[in-house]
Amino acid sequence: MAITVTEAAANRAKSFLVNRGKGLGLRLGVKTTGCSGLAYVLEFVDDLNDEDQVFENHGVKIIVDGKSLVYLDGTELDFAKEGLNEGFQFNNPNVNGECGCGESFNV
Amino acid sequence: MALLQIAEPGQSTVPHQRKFAVGIDLGTTNSLVATVRSGEALTLANEQGEHLLPSVVHYLANDKVIGRAAVEQASADPANTLSSVKRFMGRSATDIQARYPDLPYQFIANQNVASIQTAAGAINAIQVSADILTALKQRAETVLGDELTGAVVTVPAYFDDAQRQDTKDAAKLAGLNVLRLLNEPTAAAIAYGLESAQEGVIAVYDLGGGTFDISILRLSKGVFEVLATGGDSALGGDDFDHLLVEHIRGKVGLTDVLSPRLHRDLLNQAKKAKELLTDNAVTDVVIKDDQQQTQSCQVSREEFDGLIGGLIKQTLRACRRALKDAELDKTEVLKVVMVGGSTRVPAVRTQVGEFFGQTPLTSIDPDKVVAIGAAIQADILVGNKPDGEMLLLDVLPLSLGIETMGELVEKVIPRNTTIPVAKAQEFTTFKDGQTAMMIHVLQGERELVSDCRSLAKFELRGIPPMAAGAAHIRVTFQVDADGLLSVTAMEKSSGVQARVEVKPSYGLSDDQVANMLKASMQNASEDMQARMLKEQQVEVQRVNEALQAALAADAHLLDDSERAAVDNAIQAMLVAAENGDIDGIKSAIEDVDQQSQEFAQRRMNQSIRAALTGQQVKDI
Repeated sequence: MAITVTEAAANRAKSFLVNRGKGLGLRLGVKTTGCSGLAYVLEFVDDLNDEDQVFENHGVKIIVDGKSLVYLDGTELDFAKEGLNEGFQFNNPNVNGECGCGESFNV
Repeated sequence: MALLQIAEPGQSTVPHQRKFAVGIDLGTTNSLVATVRSGEALTLANEQGEHLLPSVVHYLANDKVIGRAAVEQASADPANTLSSVKRFMGRSATDIQARYPDLPYQFIANQNVASIQTAAGAINAIQVSADILTALKQRAETVLGDELTGAVVTVPAYFDDAQRQDTKDAAKLAGLNVLRLLNEPTAAAIAYGLESAQEGVIAVYDLGGGTFDISILRLSKGVFEVLATGGDSALGGDDFDHLLVEHIRGKVGLTDVLSPRLHRDLLNQAKKAKELLTDNAVTDVVIKDDQQQTQSCQVSREEFDGLIGGLIKQTLRACRRALKDAELDKTEVLKVVMVGGSTRVPAVRTQVGEFFGQTPLTSIDPDKVVAIGAAIQADILVGNKPDGEMLLLDVLPLSLGIETMGELVEKVIPRNTTIPVAKAQEFTTFKDGQTAMMIHVLQGERELVSDCRSLAKFELRGIPPMAAGAAHIRVTFQVDADGLLSVTAMEKSSGVQARVEVKPSYGLSDDQVANMLKASMQNASEDMQARMLKEQQVEVQRVNEALQAALAADAHLLDDSERAAVDNAIQAMLVAAENGDIDGIKSAIEDVDQQSQEFAQRRMNQSIRAALTGQQVKDI
């Protein structure tokens, strides 16, 4: 089971963490909600929980709880620009379908 | 694909504005108010310099007297002098009378809230408490010279929801903004700064005038959790006094029945002797008997210790039981905090120290320690501390959610969320014309209803009939700082709503929480499969419902063979749903979709034709 980060995403994440002044890394997760079943969670992490797993990639720690990992295994976190908008993207091989907004998906 | 931004797990910034907040110890016998000024927590005294406000109110036809002055009326006008009403909070009149059969009060029958008939009319425990709180609020505002922003009010750790709610209501009635209710033992631990100290188990030994409480707390990550409580609601310093009265009577040879005056006098002398024996090995007792003869004797601390030894043993037995309930050994207790005036008695301190094998914490006045802890907490809650200062947080031990179609659990507030918190989510109807919805509130980490803990069920009625999926039902989960969960469901177009209140943590032990969490980890894959299957099965139901409705309305659009093809596909889909093969169900749904496409098109054409018939092109 693994989660990877593209170099672009890692660089942005690192600069966000430096800006913020603290934080262990990024939390990737899923919660069961949204129009299409599951939705992604992307947060800064200050404290690790017992059930967390940590992956390190390009110098950035990615923290995933055991339950979310089932849904996220093999995911690559990317950073992308779309016109003026930019942000992180989950390239998740487990995804079977997404709803229009792209914030929720099912496996 | 949406582009996501990183969210902040932390708290919002606190405004740097000075606000006055107090901590209130609303006690059975005495109450206190404290505040933090220039970084120091102090209890506030009245004009006479008294810190303790006796929790007694004397009701007159057009007036009421609170505190010391009311106590003086207790013997002259017992029926209108209400004391120790904390014992009545959250209780019915029947319950109170069964527990305390010798009360001098006239309870009014046939009322939900236990009310007592007084010269001022029917008065309940909430009103009495509100009067006491009002007196403390006025005292604080006089001393601080400004209005209060908020207050933290303490309650015993064993108080149930009804008792806590009554306490909150009393504070509201007194015009106080309750920042939160705080458990008394937790407040005492905060007063000693234990929340920022080493994590571990803390015992709070609270021996007051009339009650004894032992609480076993566990501190982890700045959160206090009550592991066990115990005690005796009829054991306290007053019992020490009574034993001493008997002892003095024996010494001076007062064998006759005592006159009320002499009894009161003896009791006062005994109290004084008890207090003097804290710092002296021997003290003199002088009283005038009913024949105006002066009688005197000497009482030593040794004698006193001998008298109360049995009572102290009784408290230690309660400590042992509480530790057993918490499944802890006394060697695992990190700190012992002493609360209540009676813990000044040296014999109590030594024996508690010997029992726990350590010197208990006694540096803060045991009468004031709870109010001081509450004040420290209030100061933080109102936002007077700079960033980074400790904020006593509680977290939800398990996720909270509601049941959706297919017996699935949709989580609304995830576990480990700090409280207070409010979250809303929208749901919709499943069937055409559905006018009611069952809201089933659940707790747990698993995906299926059967694997989670059911907290409450309520119905939202009066949803206006609409097509399936058209209704917007907003379900709001709100957990307040005291851990009370209220769930509100509202249909947006009509505004109809329904709500329920529950206490999620009620009756759950640590082990149960741990087991529920473990199960959700171990079963993550199975749960995911089960959830996907359920979702597909719900989809089958939804497609079937929609198609059947359409077929019933427009059956004439299909000839017999076409109809048979659609029916066959539906049948196959329903069978697939029964079989429980996710891929099979998916392809069956697709098949139904294909078989009914022609039908859908014809319906569309028909409705367009209907809409266009008789219209001019230029009108469209």
